[in-house]
Amino acid sequence: MTCPTIAPQPAGTDLHLAAELRHELAAWAELGHPHETCGLLVGRAGEGRVEVVRVAQAKNLNRERASDRYELDPADFLAADRAARVDGLEIVGFWHSHPDCPARPSTRDLEAAWEGYSYLIVGVTAAGETDFHSWRLYGDRFREEKVLPEQARPTAAALRFENPLKEERVP
Amino acid sequence: MSRATVRIPTPLRTFTGGAGEVPVEAATVGEVLRVLGESHAGLAERILDGEGRLRNFVNVFVNDRNVRVLEGLESAVPDGAVINIVPAVAGGKP
Repeated sequence: MTCPTIAPQPAGTDLHLAAELRHELAAWAELGHPHETCGLLVGRAGEGRVEVVRVAQAKNLNRERASDRYELDPADFLAADRAARVDGLEIVGFWHSHPDCPARPSTRDLEAAWEGYSYLIVGVTAAGETDFHSWRLYGDRFREEKVLPEQARPTAAALRFENPLKEERVP
Repeated sequence: MSRATVRIPTPLRTFTGGAGEVPVEAATVGEVLRVLGESHAGLAERILDGEGRLRNFVNVFVNDRNVRVLEGLESAVPDGAVINIVPAVAGGKP
């Protein structure tokens, strides 16, 4: 089935998102159900790679149709941007939920999207997350971005474990 | 003329050589965007439409106040102002 908002090519970026951050987004989406919830992704954007360091919730200004629309409060954008700059980070994208609906971008999502941001969608029912996909705009269509769990940085102890010979050489 | 700092959102930094902030001297928001556009080719087109109006889904804030509730592109820029270009983030399920 073709979808008017999605191009078949993959996005040129991967979204690195730690499992605990993904769980946090799923929990917020579930708590907000049956309303749409939204927020920001803060981290670092590099060539072919977006790393999410933290996630934030934002107010949905669309109260009349909160079950199928969202409008992220720009005051929350400005606050998250200020905090991000303090930590040498930036706003790399946004997330919102699709209550009782798949995590595929709608034509309304397409209209408002900017190139250069990740748009993560959480499909959610009253029982929890059902669907989780990230999208990036290229021209007039979204392409899917691979979501990868962020690898934990190896600790000194783990490195020693991987290289026992080094330990043995110590007199 | 006021001296202001314009904060550039990540996707538009391709037009500013990666800079997240650009200093500008201007009296109104419209002038700020014109000066920005002159020094950074392609940037103004992302913010203004063909008729020079603020695009849908782009908001400009002067010291945290949306120019749409001030005087639009005629809004005054106080000395030392911080001007934020902010995407309007919106949508919803099909």
